[in-house]
Amino acid sequence: MPDFDTVTPLPPAAKGDFSAMFRALLLPHRIVMLAIALAGLSAMVLMMNWSWLPAYLPKLGEGLLMTLYMLVGSVVMGFLLALPLALAQVSGPAPLRWLALSFCTVIRGTPLLLQLWLFYFGLGSLFAQFPEIRGTWLWPYLRQPWPYGLIALTVSFAAYQGEVMRGAFAGVPNGELEAARAFGMSRFKVFHRVWFPRAVHRALPTLAGEIILQLKSTPLVATITVTDLYAVITRVRQATLLTYEPLLFLVAVYICLSAVLILALRWLENRVPTGH
Amino acid sequence: MDQPAIEIRDLHKSFGDLEVLKGVSLTAHPGDVVAVIGGSGSGKSTMLRCINMLELPSSGEIAIQGEAYGLHPARGGGLEPIDPKQVQRIRAQLGMVFQNFNLWPHRTVLGNVIEVPIQVLGVPRDKAIARARQVLARVGLAEKEDVYPSFMSGGQQQRCAIARVLAVDPLAMLFDEPTSALDPELVGEVLSVIRDLAQEKRTMILVTHEMAFARDVASHVIYLRDGLIEEQGPPEQIFGAPQSAHLRQFISSVV
Repeated sequence: MPDFDTVTPLPPAAKGDFSAMFRALLLPHRIVMLAIALAGLSAMVLMMNWSWLPAYLPKLGEGLLMTLYMLVGSVVMGFLLALPLALAQVSGPAPLRWLALSFCTVIRGTPLLLQLWLFYFGLGSLFAQFPEIRGTWLWPYLRQPWPYGLIALTVSFAAYQGEVMRGAFAGVPNGELEAARAFGMSRFKVFHRVWFPRAVHRALPTLAGEIILQLKSTPLVATITVTDLYAVITRVRQATLLTYEPLLFLVAVYICLSAVLILALRWLENRVPTGH
Repeated sequence: MDQPAIEIRDLHKSFGDLEVLKGVSLTAHPGDVVAVIGGSGSGKSTMLRCINMLELPSSGEIAIQGEAYGLHPARGGGLEPIDPKQVQRIRAQLGMVFQNFNLWPHRTVLGNVIEVPIQVLGVPRDKAIARARQVLARVGLAEKEDVYPSFMSGGQQQRCAIARVLAVDPLAMLFDEPTSALDPELVGEVLSVIRDLAQEKRTMILVTHEMAFARDVASHVIYLRDGLIEEQGPPEQIFGAPQSAHLRQFISSVV
C-alpha cells in the first residue's frame, strides 16, 4: 500500500520514543489508512480458506529452514569468496585482477536461473558419469539437488559482493592505511585492523540490500527440485487447488524475513558511528 | 656525542622524471628539534616520509639510532627494503603525525591510542589503557576517550593523533605539517602541545609553515629549496640573518 503522505512533516520524534511514534500514527489520514489495512487483513483472515494451514505447518517449517539455509549458507560463503575477488581486483597482480574481473562480469552478466540449471543439469549429470566420483563420500551429497542450488547462489552472491567490496576497499582513504603502516603494522595487520573493518563498514548499506535481494533469489532453487518454502507452497497449491491463500502466506513470510534482516543490519551499521 | 637519532645521507628521490630530492643530508641528535621549512614542492614532506619509508628513496642512506635501513635496487628502478620486517620494526619506534590526522574513524579516541601498543608492540591491554589515559590527559583529551574521531574538531583530532604517537614512546617524532589542515583558531591548541613536547627534549622533525613557531621551538632549522638544503643553522641565524637571497625572500613572503 503506497504511503501518500509526502507533504505533512512528521512530528519530531526522538529515536526510540515510542509514544511520539505512536502519536505520529494518529494523524487523521493515517488512521483511515490503518483502518483500511486492518479491514483488508481481517477480511483475508476471516473470509479466505486457511483450513489447510495446520496440516501443512511441519512441511512449511522444513521449507522455511531450507530457504534460510540457502540464504545464510550462500551469504556467508559468498562473502568469504568475495573478499579474494575484491582484493585481487584492487591490489592483485594483473593476471589475477583480470581473472577476478572476468569472473564477476560473467556471473553478473548472466541470469541466475541459467547458472542454476547449468550447475544442476550440467555439472550434476557430468558427475554422475564418473564412477570415481560416485564412489567417494561426496556422492551422497552430490546426488541431491541442494548442493547445486547452494553453489549457484554462492557464486552469484560472491560476484555481486566482490564488486561491492572492490569499491569499498578502494574507497578507504589511503591516509588511514598509511598511518597504520607508519606505526609499523605488517601488511596483514593493516588489513585486519584497518582496511577490512573500514571497507566492511562502508559496504554495509549496500550489503544489506544485496542480502535482501539474495533472499528473494532463493525461490529459484525450486526449479531444480530443492524443496524450499516456495516449493512447499507450490505443492500446497497443487494439493488444495487454492491460489491466493498459499501465495499470500508466502508474501507474509518473505516480508517478515526481510524486516528482520533490515533491522539486524541497520543495528550493525549503527554500532560504529562515523559521522560521514 | 650521542649516536644520532636520525641520520640521512645524500638522499635522492624521483617520481618518474621529476627529481624531488637531489641529495639531502641531515643529522638529528637525541633531543634535537629540527624544523624543516621551504616553499611548496621543495621536497620537505617527501624527505620526512622517506625517514619512515612511506616513500622509498631513489638512492641514499637513512639510519635510525645507528641502524640503517637495508635497501637494495628494485626492479623498476629506485630502492626497496630487503627485509620488510626490519622496516616495520624501525617504524614502530618512530611516531608520525600527519597533516590530515589520519585517525582510524572506526575506533574511539582510546581505541586509536591503544591500537599500536597492543597490536604492534605487544603491550598488555590494561597497561596500554593506563598509558593511553596518561597521554590523553597530557594533550587535554581525558574526557574524550569514548568519542569517535569524526565527532571532534580538527584540533582535537590532531591532539588525539599526537597522543597516539606518544603512546608508543617513540625515539623520534615526525610531524608532517601538523597544523596546515586546521582552522586558524584551532592551530594554537595543537602548537602548544607540540611546544610542550619540544621542551621535554623529545627528538622531533617538524615540517611546518608556521615560521614563528619554528623560530620558537626549533633547535635547528633547515631551509629546503628545489630538493636541496639551501641553508641551515640555529633559528636565530636562519630567521635573524638569512644568507641566501631565496631564504630572505621566502621568510619575508610568509611572515
